[in-house]
Amino acid sequence: MSTDTLPAKEAAAPAAASPGGRNTLRSKRRRNALRTLAFMSPWLIGFGFFFAYPLVSTLYFSFMRYDGLNPPTWRGVENWTYVFSDLPKFWPAMQNTLWLAVVMVSCRVVFGLGIGMLIIKIKSGAGIFRTLFYLPYLAPPVAATLAFVFLLNPGTGPVNSLLEAVGIPAPSWFNDADWAKPALTVLAVWGVGDLMVIFMAALLDVPKEQYEAAELDGVSAWQRFRYITLPNISPIVLFAVVTGIIGAMQYYTQPIVASKVASGVMGGSGATFQPGYPDDSTLTLPQLVYSLGFSQFNYGAACVVALVLFAFSMAFTALLMRRRGGLIGSGD
Amino acid sequence: MPVRPRRAAAALAATASIALFASACTGSANNAASDDPKAQTTITFWHGWLDPAEVKAITDNVARFEKAHPNIKVKVVGGINDDKLGQALRAGGSNGPDVVSSFTTSNVGKFCSSGALADLKPFIEKDKLDLDKVFPKVLQEYTQFEGRRCSLPLLSDAYGLYYNKDAFKAAGLDPEAPPKTWSEFAKVAKTLTKPKGDSYEQLGFMPNYLGYETVVEHYMSQWKHNGYFDADGRSTVAKDPAFAEMMTYQKSLVDSLGGFQKLDKYRTTFGDEWGAKHPFHTGQVAMQLDGEWRLNFVKKANVSFDVGVAPMPVADDEIAEYGKGYLSGTIMGIAPQSKKQNAAWELVKYMTTDTDAVVGFANDIGNVPSTLEALKSPNLKFDPRFKTFLEIARHPESTTMDGAVNGASYQETLSALAHKYEKGQVPDLKKALADTAAQIDRDIAATK
Repeated sequence: MSTDTLPAKEAAAPAAASPGGRNTLRSKRRRNALRTLAFMSPWLIGFGFFFAYPLVSTLYFSFMRYDGLNPPTWRGVENWTYVFSDLPKFWPAMQNTLWLAVVMVSCRVVFGLGIGMLIIKIKSGAGIFRTLFYLPYLAPPVAATLAFVFLLNPGTGPVNSLLEAVGIPAPSWFNDADWAKPALTVLAVWGVGDLMVIFMAALLDVPKEQYEAAELDGVSAWQRFRYITLPNISPIVLFAVVTGIIGAMQYYTQPIVASKVASGVMGGSGATFQPGYPDDSTLTLPQLVYSLGFSQFNYGAACVVALVLFAFSMAFTALLMRRRGGLIGSGD
Repeated sequence: MPVRPRRAAAALAATASIALFASACTGSANNAASDDPKAQTTITFWHGWLDPAEVKAITDNVARFEKAHPNIKVKVVGGINDDKLGQALRAGGSNGPDVVSSFTTSNVGKFCSSGALADLKPFIEKDKLDLDKVFPKVLQEYTQFEGRRCSLPLLSDAYGLYYNKDAFKAAGLDPEAPPKTWSEFAKVAKTLTKPKGDSYEQLGFMPNYLGYETVVEHYMSQWKHNGYFDADGRSTVAKDPAFAEMMTYQKSLVDSLGGFQKLDKYRTTFGDEWGAKHPFHTGQVAMQLDGEWRLNFVKKANVSFDVGVAPMPVADDEIAEYGKGYLSGTIMGIAPQSKKQNAAWELVKYMTTDTDAVVGFANDIGNVPSTLEALKSPNLKFDPRFKTFLEIARHPESTTMDGAVNGASYQETLSALAHKYEKGQVPDLKKALADTAAQIDRDIAATK
């Protein structure tokens, strides 16, 4: 490094000594900087338009009364106090989002990894199982949710008929506040094919000689998993958890479709559809953002909730990135 | 990076942000009614109908308008819900609508107060329309908010009781004497209910708030009350005892018919409200609170029993008001960003006030006509049972729900309490109603 830079400095020294040389150097630097900026411009424009501007304007509107039609008016921290103290749906939505981020993501990671481990062990027919487990991931979310609500219908669904036939008490699934989130988790786990494929690739990448050495040392299956498999695939686990949590923070389609179909309020009815049915148990923060902003014309409060969502995503990701070693036992 | 380019980049980013900020604060509503309604023009009309027969009815109505106004062509776009409508009205743009209609009268407060729909007062004054002579009072109420008239009624809906006459006969009830008070109704509903295991062979009535049209505001129209807000705009749900009376009665009905859990499980076996497998069509329920449109659906579904219609019952001590009901309807307005507002007004005026247009559309679509003249028109062609709904529409005590700046939010807050109460999750209804009223007031304050 020093051998490269020293001659350059030496070469620059005489030129910098004279005013003309200083100007040449300055214009060269400017040209370099402009060239760098030009190369970076696609990213800068994209970042500015699609991230920086929306973020800054969300912050700005969180302090304003704005309905999308009339000029915004300054409200100070009113929107913030309203959301945190006077909006009764905020805390249930927050609780549900965190529940999904913790339970649903954990289940998806555990099942994705578990299925991946099983499939790589299968000697014949692995391709069929791989396809079978991957296919649900390709199902459109709305169609998959509709199918699940139909299958888990407490009155007419085949799952409950089966449970009742064998004498197991059948829950009301999407119609019961205690079971709605677990039902959504079952739906998410059903579509775990994406993680399964990623984990399979990571598992196949673990050096075989490490397993062979462990076998010679007579370690147990759990120890093999804990001290060889997990440390080797830790970056992939981290990726699955971080993207899962970000996905949970954006979770909208499945709960809104499930609650709409299960409540029976499909539109045009006397009953007004309220996201979160039953009893706000499936209400997530993105649904609340939509409801405040686009149904109630209250952009200010919607922006506050959106910022909370952003802060949570960042905090979760930062925490996981920092605690990665502690979480999965490797400093990889 | 050298200092100057960094400053330049920062300045560039700041300029871009400011420019973008400025562009974000657009979309303000302005009345731009400077177009010539006699000039050749094309306007765009957005509506929410989806059913092919209903789409044909609205298309035919527009065709009649085009015949009467040959200089104005109308581009009709169907299947638009209120969310899409709200976004389009805020975004504006040349592809947006000039004229819109909505089924959700509860959003009128939001549309009027925000300016999402243009103020129609200048047009009404210009054409010297006396609304009191054109529309029934309730319909005038639900199409304006706090004095700002941003919409007019395009047909209306009246809610009454549908009942299965054959089921009445089989249960030993007189099919020509439907219940008139809520206590009679509870007895009849119980008599008509046939339990089967932990479910029902036939349910007299589905009282749950998610039983399609058995929602809070429809029930409330059968209890005498003075609206959802007082003169200061504060919620009355705690102050007016009618709300607690209604909820208490509904809960007693739920309990007497089997309890919430059993009823709600039975509800999950129901077919779609707008399909042939509606529980009233299939005989799963013997009585149903519904709008006048159900008559057409009943005919289309070819039900195997004789259907009776009547006004919904009233509270026992309010029998003098029997015959009233809940009124609602479709509303029509003009997009504030439209550059063809005068032409748009011609369409709104024709479809909402022209007697022949209103009667023709009401005949085609099976809704209640929305003008006083059309209600009396000899050209109305209806099933004799429809007369019940015409009378409900004309009844002086028939009510609707109030508008609010945040749309149906206050109804949602009240409904959330009602749902909890019917499930038995609210130990102190009085306190819960007080909390709900305070919440409604806070939500409205946050939106103003």
